[in-house]
Amino acid sequence: MHTSENIAAEHVVPPTIYLAIFGALMLGTATTVWAAYQNFGNFNIVIAIGIATVKAALVVLYFMHARYASKRTKLMILSGMFWLAIMLSMTLSDYGTRHEFRTDAESSHQQ
Amino acid sequence: MHRTGELYGQFETLEQQKDTATLGMWIFLATEVLFFGGLFLIYSINRHMYSDAFGVGSNTLDLKLGGFNTVVLILSSLTMAMAVWSAQTGKKKFIPIFLILTLLLGTVFLGVKVVEYKQKFDHRLIPGQSFDISYHANHPTASDKPADIAAEKEELEKAFHADPNLNSHAQLYFSLYFGMTGLHALHMVVGAGLLLWLLKQSIAGRFTPSYNTPVEIIGLYWHFVDIVWIYLFPLLYLIERHR
Repeated sequence: MHTSENIAAEHVVPPTIYLAIFGALMLGTATTVWAAYQNFGNFNIVIAIGIATVKAALVVLYFMHARYASKRTKLMILSGMFWLAIMLSMTLSDYGTRHEFRTDAESSHQQ
Repeated sequence: MHRTGELYGQFETLEQQKDTATLGMWIFLATEVLFFGGLFLIYSINRHMYSDAFGVGSNTLDLKLGGFNTVVLILSSLTMAMAVWSAQTGKKKFIPIFLILTLLLGTVFLGVKVVEYKQKFDHRLIPGQSFDISYHANHPTASDKPADIAAEKEELEKAFHADPNLNSHAQLYFSLYFGMTGLHALHMVVGAGLLLWLLKQSIAGRFTPSYNTPVEIIGLYWHFVDIVWIYLFPLLYLIERHR
């Protein structure tokens, strides 16, 4: 049952890929600084987290070799992200529906 | 006894043995994701409630130093990845070189962090009795440009108008700033210790294409610490730069 398809053979990522990922991460850093100086209103934070998540995904997939990992390891990585999503979404939806959590501007708007 | 990559009895193949070690490291990293995730959660809630104080606090950080450190840390991830590549391809002499580069870049990062913490200390931005968010604007030094100080004063005036308890709420921002960057820095100190151990082993020529699990595993840890910073940088340094 423990056949080779369950175990990822070692995959050597060539330095050219590492350099390309490094370049993309530098570009992402420059973009996130540039975007912070623009006024996108409520979307500033969405853009900042979006760029950070793309950068994190590149690090996980290539520097951390997740793309070439076994299915079992991939499942573990996704589980960690899923648990984080549960913690964030449940807690924030709880806070978000409480009156005290709203800012003054939001409360007066609701009247 | 030291491990040299012989096959242990509970495994069928060396690949399976390495795969198991990798899985174990990812389980540990999942707990780290939840550990830092809790801090990001506290940050999100407080930032939403006290957005004026968080904006003012964020703008006191030195973007040049923070940006420089981001580049340094990502570069250290590249050198770490190259150390793993050297081990996988049997380039034994390159492994210690890339490990030393990684260690040096990590040390530069921590050194810059010390400079930043010192500046916050001088500007009375350590949460506690003597915390004063207006201290720097009211006590500029000779190196500060008058135009920057005027802009800072105007920003503070607006923020105090929107939030009379700005001084208390800015302390929340700085508690999170020191808590989150401090724990991140602690992880880097641990990582530096692990790198020193790897360096010793690699100089002894212990890592080969068939046995390089410790390089790979410690590399995973180092890259994880890099990812935490990838989120910390925009969330702490770039909140209200467009103002």
